Amino acid sequence: MTSAIMISIIMTILVAATPILLAALGELVVEKSGVLNLGVEGMMLCGAVAGFAATAATGSLWIGFLAAMIAGVIASMIFAALALSLTSNQVATGLALTIFGVGVSSLIGKPFVGRTVGRLGALFPSALSDHPILRVVFGYDVIVYGAIALVALVGWFLKSTRPGLILRAVGEADSSAHMIGYPVLAIRYAATAFGGALAGIAGAYFSLALTPMWADRLTAGRGWIALALVVFASWKPGRLLIGAWLFGAVMTFELQAKAMGVTWLAPEFLAMLPYLATVVVLTLISMRRAGEGSAPACLGKPFAAA
Amino acid sequence: MSHRIDRRTLIAGAGAAATLPLIGGEAAAQSPLGVGFIYVGPIGDFGWSYMHNQGRLAVEKEFGAKVKTSFVENVAEGPDAERVIRQLAQGGNKLIFTTSFGFMQQTAKVAKAFPNVNFEHATGYMRDKNLATYNARFYEGRAVIGTIAGLMSKSGKAGYVASFPIPEVVMGINAFTLAARKINPKFETKVIWASTWYDPAKEADAAKALIDQGCDIITQHTDSPAPLQAAEQRGVYAFGQASDMKSFAPKAHLTAIVDNWSGYYVERVKLALEGKWTSGDVWGGIKEGFVNISAYNDAVTPEARAAADKVKTDIASGALHPFTGPIKDNKGAERLKAGEKATDEALNKMDWYVEGAQA
Repeated sequence: MTSAIMISIIMTILVAATPILLAALGELVVEKSGVLNLGVEGMMLCGAVAGFAATAATGSLWIGFLAAMIAGVIASMIFAALALSLTSNQVATGLALTIFGVGVSSLIGKPFVGRTVGRLGALFPSALSDHPILRVVFGYDVIVYGAIALVALVGWFLKSTRPGLILRAVGEADSSAHMIGYPVLAIRYAATAFGGALAGIAGAYFSLALTPMWADRLTAGRGWIALALVVFASWKPGRLLIGAWLFGAVMTFELQAKAMGVTWLAPEFLAMLPYLATVVVLTLISMRRAGEGSAPACLGKPFAAA
Repeated sequence: MSHRIDRRTLIAGAGAAATLPLIGGEAAAQSPLGVGFIYVGPIGDFGWSYMHNQGRLAVEKEFGAKVKTSFVENVAEGPDAERVIRQLAQGGNKLIFTTSFGFMQQTAKVAKAFPNVNFEHATGYMRDKNLATYNARFYEGRAVIGTIAGLMSKSGKAGYVASFPIPEVVMGINAFTLAARKINPKFETKVIWASTWYDPAKEADAAKALIDQGCDIITQHTDSPAPLQAAEQRGVYAFGQASDMKSFAPKAHLTAIVDNWSGYYVERVKLALEGKWTSGDVWGGIKEGFVNISAYNDAVTPEARAAADKVKTDIASGALHPFTGPIKDNKGAERLKAGEKATDEALNKMDWYVEGAQA
């Protein structure tokens, strides 16, 4: 294998992992606050179509990403109003949000089928981003770098800041947090909105960077992978990053192995690899000491102030 | 072509089913003739379901007030499809097209229950007095684009983004490779199984992996234009799938195989209107207009145009069958003797790859 192909593979992995990482990071914060929003796929699709529509209308990718973020937040607020204020079942409401996202994105996207927009390009000048070796470090768009930076930021926020501590307290013991005087619902609304914003951007990464087009169900189930990744990472941002890259690597390996002429492995076997990897890692996680890396205690439970 | 059931289609199917009472509410009137369609995907997929819907629109355009068409998109293959087909039949439709392989059993079952309604199933093999089948010889189009690939590829290596190793896809890989090797005997086709009909990001990554491995021409048997976009970005050539996808890759898109069901749908509806509809089995290709080749890109050389046009006209006239021996498989065994042509039955069971295909 030549170094050019190695570099290309590494780059494919990092890029493929980025939207999953963003969506999962948002969901991690949501779940840390004690809310389980299974509507990630739906919010991503809302972001994907809003981002595409806004960019097609204005010609600006930045407005596109902004619109995607807003669309993700709006979708998440529909969920929040039902699940947090009206205390509907969070699992059912999240699933409904996904069905809603599939439908509404398809409806809004109808006039955009068959159209394209400009693609989000590399952040650094082409001397660096197209350099045969250096591109492995400098060859990405701003979202890839932003997602990695955001992992560090969220990790620091949750671990070392007072608002982060309060957010975790709300997720672990909502009644206690309420009694000390923290606004549990407001914090959960804010966390849910943050998750919606990141899911929206993650969706727009498909329609504006990976495959600059609109087509129905463009995200093809990545929202579900993001949800699994949060559990996989046992609610720790650093592990989320590793998990996303691992998943990107397994997905890319399946394709690269075939391109390199590995014909003795059946395509069905290669297609199974990402799931096999999931099973292996989940098994390893479950072998750890009890108590470590378990879900926030209030995850998915409705809260009504007494 | 069969589309897999997964969670997404199930969810979407549930959504589509929720809208069904709207269709069921239409009473059977004397006229116009009710014509129903069910699609496995969204009509916005710009591929398989999109082209079937173009056929439905052609029927509406042709017959105007004489027909009343309805359709249900995103119908999951499996038990849910039966309910949808039943609803269409109860809703007064007299001719119903079910457009995916996985609707076969359900269509056959509902056809038995509604002897006064006529059914047509795309790409299946179960027939009845009131159940016809139809399919397209996509491999004929593959032979045309393979000819262009043989002449336009500098590296002599093509990348093939494939969905699942079912006969229809295998047939396409083989027809493409055979045609290219007639031009360039050393031509190779590298196949990546994406294990999906539709996942744009994965399809694009597959195309990139193939380009990394030296393929300078990309073709696909998956449904999104994403591989074309990857080819455009990396400066190699590619072919569109199911519909003309030029807008996604103006430089890379050499031509596309275009599914065209319009002529067939119009003809069958005409027969139904005249009361002359009978069951049957049609496997139409270039000659019947089921498979079209879209306009060539300016980049296609005059030599490649001429060669591709000749393959097209020869297939249409019957002078050329894309699977004419001698054909060896990629393990060296002879599959067809010199001059021998593959039968339709052999094509429909194809599970081996021709020499030069790495799959």
